[in-house]
Amino acid sequence: MLNADHPLPFPLQKIERLGRATTKWIDALGFGTALLYQSVYWMCLGSRRKQQVPLGAIVSQMMEVGIRALPIISLVSITIGLMLAIQGIDALKDFGAEHQVTFGVSLSVVREFAPLITGILVAGRSGSAFAARLSTMMINNEIDALRVMGINPVRFLVVPSLLAMMIMVPSLTLWADIVALLGAGLYISTDLGISMGTYVAQTMSYLGTDDVLHGLGKSLVFGTLITVVGVVNGSSVTGGAEGVGHVTTRAVVHSILAIILADLLIVFLLTR
Amino acid sequence: MSTLHSESQSIIEVTDLTTHYGSRKILNGISLTVNKGEIMVIMGGSGSGKSTLLRHLIGLEHPTSGGIKLLGQDIGLMTEQEMTQFYRKLGVAFQGGALFSSMTVGENIMLPLREHTKLDHKTMEIMARLKLEVVNLAGFENLMPSELSGGMLKRAAFARAVIMDPVLLFCDEPSAGLDPVVSSSLDELILRLRDALDMTIVVVTHELESAFRIADRLTVLDKGDILTIGTVDEVRASNNQRIQDLLNRHFEEEMLDPDEYLARLTGEPQETLIHA
Repeated sequence: MLNADHPLPFPLQKIERLGRATTKWIDALGFGTALLYQSVYWMCLGSRRKQQVPLGAIVSQMMEVGIRALPIISLVSITIGLMLAIQGIDALKDFGAEHQVTFGVSLSVVREFAPLITGILVAGRSGSAFAARLSTMMINNEIDALRVMGINPVRFLVVPSLLAMMIMVPSLTLWADIVALLGAGLYISTDLGISMGTYVAQTMSYLGTDDVLHGLGKSLVFGTLITVVGVVNGSSVTGGAEGVGHVTTRAVVHSILAIILADLLIVFLLTR
Repeated sequence: MSTLHSESQSIIEVTDLTTHYGSRKILNGISLTVNKGEIMVIMGGSGSGKSTLLRHLIGLEHPTSGGIKLLGQDIGLMTEQEMTQFYRKLGVAFQGGALFSSMTVGENIMLPLREHTKLDHKTMEIMARLKLEVVNLAGFENLMPSELSGGMLKRAAFARAVIMDPVLLFCDEPSAGLDPVVSSSLDELILRLRDALDMTIVVVTHELESAFRIADRLTVLDKGDILTIGTVDEVRASNNQRIQDLLNRHFEEEMLDPDEYLARLTGEPQETLIHA
């Protein structure tokens, strides 16, 4: 039995710390899963229980997550498209295959870069904001206030954000696909001396619906992960303003980590 | 245990409530009743367990053992759905107000109506304005919570807590952090709410003056135990040394002059502070 008066020997202390950290992770994972289950429950049965998900909150979250992120997503996407085109032509030139660059760029943008970059940007922008908002509400007793007013906090706060993410992250990814491919096309058409029309036709012939759906499906998973990680971190806040800063940073790091691991898993399962 | 009214009029019945945080016992077999229409003040110093008791009373935390009956219903046996319905009969005013910063004062107050009724917006606005008038905040409905002072925030929180005309109102530290004038006006507001809306009110506070002003009965907590339950006069006249210590310590601090107070805070002789 553990006793504060008789501390454990050094190696056992390490094992104990590892055990505690593992338990904490499992706890967070369980909470995240339960949260997801509750969110789906309220999405499906909210109106039947006469407690609908607030539509206004969904629209305002969609504005915040999606519309206001358009400038940064556009800027980063066009840059990625240009970089891929430059690197691709340079690498393929050695084999005399620079005309195949459209094939590599279009597939890598649609299947990988657009969903991944969009997910990371949304995690940094909206995931952090969501964790900060939720943790501040926890500290100010606003979540308790919701509960004692008979308002389920998951339905009122989490579901609108989750729905907004599930709609807007794939939409932003689709936008990022278009902008990145346009950026790449501008460079490729200039450098290789082909018309934009030819570039678009090549791109369309290389890309299949399943490639686009692969990217959009991943972005749907990323959006869900960003929300769940934000809520799990936001609701674990302790202390005051310092605690809010701490959970906000943690939410971004965990979201990005979750996005990259989920991406790897999806690619491993669906692409090999 | 002292009671003013008959058992049948009990609105709150707490029986042998014990709760632990880890291995630490926070509440130790608390039993008390609150009768219809009375103002029960739960008081005690920091760490006495009064806020934990309040969180148990409003169903935000669950005890290790013991039971709580509100309006004759055991809240420990209720399902989440039943609890959601039951919350319509309760109002809670939190210490910092707990208003939602993204909504105006009016929207904050209308929120319970919007969630639990099918009233049209105009009617809800009228009801919110009426409650704002009761708490002397008429005309402030379009301001954001960040534009209100501490006292106004608490008044707005009272307006939101009573918007559904609850049978029971819980107030957490209503006068904490406020100057004596504002604190006194909030005490008057609590008395007015009880009389005007015929509510039973439970107030948690560590402010003795405020407690003595509003309480029909007081419950004095210390380290998770009930020291006494009684009227203001009964508590004042108590022979219990711990209660007297609590009361005297407060008054002693009230009578300190500024130099003495500073000297006590810093541990330095007062001459050093005055003439430094």
